[in-house]
Amino acid sequence: MSQFAINILFVGGSFLLYILIAIWAKAGSTKDFYVAGGGVHPVTNGMAIGADWMSAASFISMAGLIAAGGYANSTFLMGWTGGYVLLAMLLAPYLRKFGKFTVPEFIGDRFYSKNARLVAVICLIVASVTYVIGQMAGAGVAFSRFLEVDSTLGLIIAAVVVFMYAVMGGMKGITYTQVAQYCVLIIAYTIPAVFISLQLTGNPLPPLGLFSTHADSGMPILEKLNQVITDLGFNSYTADIDNKLNMVLFTLSLMIGTAGLPHVIIRFFTVPKVADARWSAGWALVFIALLYLTAPAVASMARLNLMTTIYPDGTDAAPILYEERPNWVKEWEVTGLIQFEDKNNDGRIQHYNASESFQPEAEARGWAGNELTVNRDILVLANPEIANLPGWVIGLIAAGGLAAALSTAAGLLLAISSAVSHDLIKGSINPNITEKGELLAARISMAVAIVVATWLGANPPGFAAQVVALAFGIAAASLFPALMMGIFSKRVNNTGAIAGMLCGLAFTLVYIFVYKGWLFIPGTNNLPDTPENWVLGISPLSIGAVGAIVNFAVAFVVSNATEEPPVEIQELVESVRYPRGAGQAQDH
Amino acid sequence: MSGHSYDAENYWKANLRLIFGSLIVWALVSYGCAILLRPMLAGISVGGTDLGFWFAQQGSILTFIALIFHYAWRMNKIDEKFGVHEE
Repeated sequence: MSQFAINILFVGGSFLLYILIAIWAKAGSTKDFYVAGGGVHPVTNGMAIGADWMSAASFISMAGLIAAGGYANSTFLMGWTGGYVLLAMLLAPYLRKFGKFTVPEFIGDRFYSKNARLVAVICLIVASVTYVIGQMAGAGVAFSRFLEVDSTLGLIIAAVVVFMYAVMGGMKGITYTQVAQYCVLIIAYTIPAVFISLQLTGNPLPPLGLFSTHADSGMPILEKLNQVITDLGFNSYTADIDNKLNMVLFTLSLMIGTAGLPHVIIRFFTVPKVADARWSAGWALVFIALLYLTAPAVASMARLNLMTTIYPDGTDAAPILYEERPNWVKEWEVTGLIQFEDKNNDGRIQHYNASESFQPEAEARGWAGNELTVNRDILVLANPEIANLPGWVIGLIAAGGLAAALSTAAGLLLAISSAVSHDLIKGSINPNITEKGELLAARISMAVAIVVATWLGANPPGFAAQVVALAFGIAAASLFPALMMGIFSKRVNNTGAIAGMLCGLAFTLVYIFVYKGWLFIPGTNNLPDTPENWVLGISPLSIGAVGAIVNFAVAFVVSNATEEPPVEIQELVESVRYPRGAGQAQDH
Repeated sequence: MSGHSYDAENYWKANLRLIFGSLIVWALVSYGCAILLRPMLAGISVGGTDLGFWFAQQGSILTFIALIFHYAWRMNKIDEKFGVHEE
């Protein structure tokens, strides 16, 4: 059977599984899963949160960025897990007690203002659309490879599939479909990693393999990797970095963004009790950590494998002949995501860092520049092929990557459409809208969001995980502070919260747009997006943390200058702090 | 809850104390050991690199899990002690 057929079989098979589960769950009526006061068990809910949460950014893109950046990109690992600590302690239990349906609803009620709700909706839409751009970029890479088409066509196919998936809507709401998606995703991610860890270190557990001895050289694998890449002029993989301020702010921005993302918060409304909201956050992190502990091993091992493929006889010997390149390089060349240009016409693939300090050595070896460009988003998908693993493993990773991208993209589209139809139109513009009109508005906003995201996803403002990181920065600067102050302060009032959200959002967006282009439109940036141009060395990916500080500060100052919230609001704040008396679990 | 009873205030203070303690550990492993204090841990080697790198790629994640479960367990006890838990 051809690889193409195997891929179709795995991808098709996994989709069939989700649809069957959806039908089976519908037949038994959703009520069976959310029995009165019973809700979803914290472990099951944790798994569903894991599937909702881990998207193309975690699955497809993150390990590739760690492979390229080494230690500096550990920020993704810490940032996207540490946020659950904040969620478990600062938000989830109290929002569960509050028991409303959406995040803008909480903000609207707590800050007793329709305008606050409106501002929250805008923040939610900006963050979610940015997030979807990242998903589209990742899903586009996956589709282009597995359908063996050009990357732009892959993106368009991905858009059509995501749209259909989201319109079928119901599938997202059913916890057991998400549990199935989590299982597909985690199996697909870990199986190739186990094989590769065994090949390279003899240790079947990738997280342990990462710190084990490389079987071929007898050196620790990280030391071996450092040696290979520094020989070719790249920066050391494990070395410390100078710009610690940026690293701290980036990690912080991802962490508080995690806690401020509406589609994750919403999952905590499905658990039966406030105590279970705390357990759910713990279980969610356990299931997420299975992938996040594997990812750094995948990153370093894939980088090493890539290097040994290109330099089979060691870095001192000549690299591989282009004619003898392995099959996976040829297949990825079709998508345009791997490009080779024979600059010195010797028929060999020179892959190195053409930095100034490496220039003398490159010249001595007759090299005329780096000849191989590898898109970072392909690393995880190409990983099994690079390691010569069997065809079914490659099919499996295709299914896993698409499960990750589609489940999250569809979930976000639903969040956007419900924000537009429920919070925006029904909640403020036209409260008398018919149910049919509301549904139409939901569909239209979904279609608009996907068209915008696809168009911008063709030339994304970064690799998938970086675009998603921007979305987190936006959520961190706008929604998280409002939610947290809504629970932990009785003094912050409507004016303060609205001013805080607007300032945090505006500050963050302007800083991002100056470097990434206005509304992410390529070519409209005012300054080149390079470290020399960043204010105090703070990257646009990290600015969300500063935006959150702006938000807090503005909200406090404005609130103290204006009058106290009314007594019933102070009592509302008081009541969310105590678990007793929480209503029944919400169906989501 | 009827608002400002003595117990309610103590319950909230106990919660804040627990959160504060947990967040110190949270910051210490991630922003501390993995980033800012990494040079100080450079002497302790772990599988071809140093302890700071381990914290950045594994240690902090494992600590986060432990922190959440510890918080959930302690907090549920505190809920019961103050009688604000759900039946």
